Amino acid sequence: MRIAKMPNLRSTRSAFRYLLCVLCFSYSASAATPPDAPSVILIQNATVMTVSHGTIEHGSILIRDGKIAEVGQSIKAPAGAQVIDASGQFVIPGIIDCHSHIAAESINEGSVSVSSMVTMEEVLDPDDIDIYRDLAGGVTSANILHGSANSVGGQTLVIKLRWGQPASKLPFEGAMPGIKFALGENPKRSNFSIPGQPRRYPATRMGVEETIRGAFSEARDYKKAWDEYNKRIAAGEKNLIPPRRDLKLEPLVEVLEGKRYVHSHCYREDEILMLLRVAKEFGFKVRTFQHVLEGYKVADELAAAGVGASTFSDWWAYKVEAYDAIPYNAALMTRRGVIVSINSDSAEEATHLNQEAAKSMKYGGLSHDEALKMVTLNPAIQLGIDKRVGTIDVGKDADLAIYNHDPLSAYAVVQKALIDGRVYFDREKDIANRAEIEKEKKALTEKLKKAEKKPEEKKQEEKKPEEKPKTPAPTSTPTAAAASQGGVL
Amino acid sequence: MSKACHLRRLFSIVCLLNFLYFLYAPVTDAQAQPPSVYAITHAKIFTLAGSPIEDGTLVIRDGKIAAVGASVEVPAGAQVLDAKGLQVYPGLFDAITQMGLSEIGAVSATVDTTETGNYNPDVVAATAISPSSEHIPVTRASGITEVLAVPGSGGFDSGGGRGTLGGQASAIHLAGWTVDEMLIKKTAAMVLNFPEIQTQTFDFSTFSRKEKPYTEAKQEYDRQINELTDWMDRARHYAQAMEKSSVSKYDRDLKLEALAPVVRGELPVLVFADHARDIRNAVEFCDKQKLKMVLAGGEEAYKVRDLLRSKDVPVILRPMLSLPEDEDDPYDRELSQPAELAAAGVKFAIASFDNSFARRLGQNAANAVAYGLPYDQALRAVTINPAQIFGLGSQIGTLEQGKIANVIVTNGDPLELTTDVKYLFIRGQLTSTENKHHRLYEKYLNRPKAQ
Repeated sequence: MRIAKMPNLRSTRSAFRYLLCVLCFSYSASAATPPDAPSVILIQNATVMTVSHGTIEHGSILIRDGKIAEVGQSIKAPAGAQVIDASGQFVIPGIIDCHSHIAAESINEGSVSVSSMVTMEEVLDPDDIDIYRDLAGGVTSANILHGSANSVGGQTLVIKLRWGQPASKLPFEGAMPGIKFALGENPKRSNFSIPGQPRRYPATRMGVEETIRGAFSEARDYKKAWDEYNKRIAAGEKNLIPPRRDLKLEPLVEVLEGKRYVHSHCYREDEILMLLRVAKEFGFKVRTFQHVLEGYKVADELAAAGVGASTFSDWWAYKVEAYDAIPYNAALMTRRGVIVSINSDSAEEATHLNQEAAKSMKYGGLSHDEALKMVTLNPAIQLGIDKRVGTIDVGKDADLAIYNHDPLSAYAVVQKALIDGRVYFDREKDIANRAEIEKEKKALTEKLKKAEKKPEEKKQEEKKPEEKPKTPAPTSTPTAAAASQGGVL
Repeated sequence: MSKACHLRRLFSIVCLLNFLYFLYAPVTDAQAQPPSVYAITHAKIFTLAGSPIEDGTLVIRDGKIAAVGASVEVPAGAQVLDAKGLQVYPGLFDAITQMGLSEIGAVSATVDTTETGNYNPDVVAATAISPSSEHIPVTRASGITEVLAVPGSGGFDSGGGRGTLGGQASAIHLAGWTVDEMLIKKTAAMVLNFPEIQTQTFDFSTFSRKEKPYTEAKQEYDRQINELTDWMDRARHYAQAMEKSSVSKYDRDLKLEALAPVVRGELPVLVFADHARDIRNAVEFCDKQKLKMVLAGGEEAYKVRDLLRSKDVPVILRPMLSLPEDEDDPYDRELSQPAELAAAGVKFAIASFDNSFARRLGQNAANAVAYGLPYDQALRAVTINPAQIFGLGSQIGTLEQGKIANVIVTNGDPLELTTDVKYLFIRGQLTSTENKHHRLYEKYLNRPKAQ
């Protein structure tokens, strides 16, 4: 959540750093190279937690051309197969984070209350180091969301964490596009004000509802105009002038047509029911409620509406609408028939989503399998990608995470992460490469020091020798900063 | 009737009520008095002062640990708690929190963490700790029995400022009807947010980032260090005056008076610094001023571990569950730091630096183990180490005879995610683990099916 974590930041220093990271710096990372794609891989001797059909002790997974070809107890390695011996290790489906803000150059277009014209796809940053860090936490797919500064936010995108690939290779092929909505304190800007600037509409939960209703009213009219036009064209009419294209309303029409998922940020029970009413009024579906920390209070209503819930494990009290947040939320909603996932909203939290899922066993007594589903199959269902990922089954993408312990333990460490049958993260290799990276860094620092010692430059500007080179950042305006800071959480 | 008359009448009613209370107090006290002797039997006891005791007994009497061992007699009249299959540990100690000082981070009216101004050595956390904070029972349900409530340790609501001398941190039990009952030590440390050479700052009033040339940043740093040095010098003179004469002979200065135990080297100074350069500067400063330094934060402590070891500076580490500072740092930089510090012989505690995430204390310690820290050292980093660092090692932190009975009884490893705290004793009292979260859980678990 980067920016989003503002309210419960540990120190101003980290607050500062968050803001800097998010708002200002665009590091140009030395692009990593993607791993090889061996055509056949056999993972053997592992405890295979399939999620769909139980756990296989001393199990094997055969991967062919990026897909799972066979799962079972004893599979013989085909000739030429690359063999991964996972003795004593645990394999689960790659973790899917239903709420992430990694790999994005910016998060919030916060100047307007309906920002459906903007899209995360256009700001994808394949060099964001957080892709790698989350991959090292076993995450293989993530839903990249716009921020929560506006009632109707920007367009979202599901990606695979293919570290080293260009931006064009990150999107999850064929995944349904989405759009972010936001309810409550963030869109009404309760905790964010900019000195000297008037408040933006809406400033209440009443106004949030009207903002969304207003947007869908327009979208409905817009759709009607196009439907009419297309009908007349189909009837053979000539020389018609098409309606003027509206980039803001187009994605909302897609929502009305069931071609785009709504992922709505929310906290309180009343606002959850509000959006369900609005959805009913305009005839669209809410795909997931995000955060939904009071979802447990209206779990029956969520289940009846067939809406997914994607929540935090144990966050609470960072703002008023999170004061009734309880760690039992996931379990309570699950027991009433809601499909629940645990998400991160933060590059850091994503590195241990397995642990966060485990907490639903402690708080509310979910089973090991139910807990594991919260970060694998359930988010896959919520994002409409469960035919491709989320369980270890023949025919699915070989997106896997391998741990040295039961992944639902605080002692488990990811050893490897595979996407499409390629090993994108390998802990052993990472450790082996560190000396090399350190050497390269030293050489670069030396080079920089030498460059700085040139007398003519020294006169111009003195720099402390220890200071690390950082890409100069564009000056951020207060509005942009505050808008971005608008938070996602 | 006049207002004054009203007040007089009210006053007399209050007096009467007071009188009645004192008249009947002994009776009600006798009724409300909980048992004072407990015996936890048949448990596996991890005293952290020797090897674990299989099938052991721990006796609590009048708030203290009266006996612990394999062949300890259960005293007559003791409340017996059969803990067969359970494990007993000292309660966990979260060494940096804003417990009781901050309820809802985003709501300034509920936040008393940071006073305005740069030098507030006289403000005391205990003064503003709300014993009714919902964070307290939520936190203790995860086995944390005592914390340090630290003022001047930031939070978003502080508007970016934390001050230099942030105030006095108080060590408290996470139970008690009043702050006085909760106190372990009212003044356990002085908070010092060590000045940094900041070339980049963030202006919260305009919400914009400011760049500063290094020379200018260094000048500002030097100015702050001079100011701080001046405070220490004045405090030293003041402390001498205090020793030599009675208070009537000199002008009393509350801020300098608060600093006297600091410059005498008696009160630990909790120095917040994270970058290696800042830590080095802080160590040098405290060395020169002969202050008893405890480093807080220490994200880059590993870079100066030899210095910390040679100067015997203990560290209160931020949660390991955080991302590395720099893009080119190893991805597990924060997670593997505790193991490196332990190997170098640096003494450290692990803390949450937070309220709502205080219950992740054990999770953080366990993650440090996952990345190489020996398990027993992880356990010590959240029990006896913080106690010792703040001079409370003889009172809490292990299960030894004579210590305050802050004890947890669990169904497993207290650092693991799925472990439950079955019983919890604070000051020898069996204390409920029930809290706001349980109450809401029970309430909505029992919500009739919606129509």
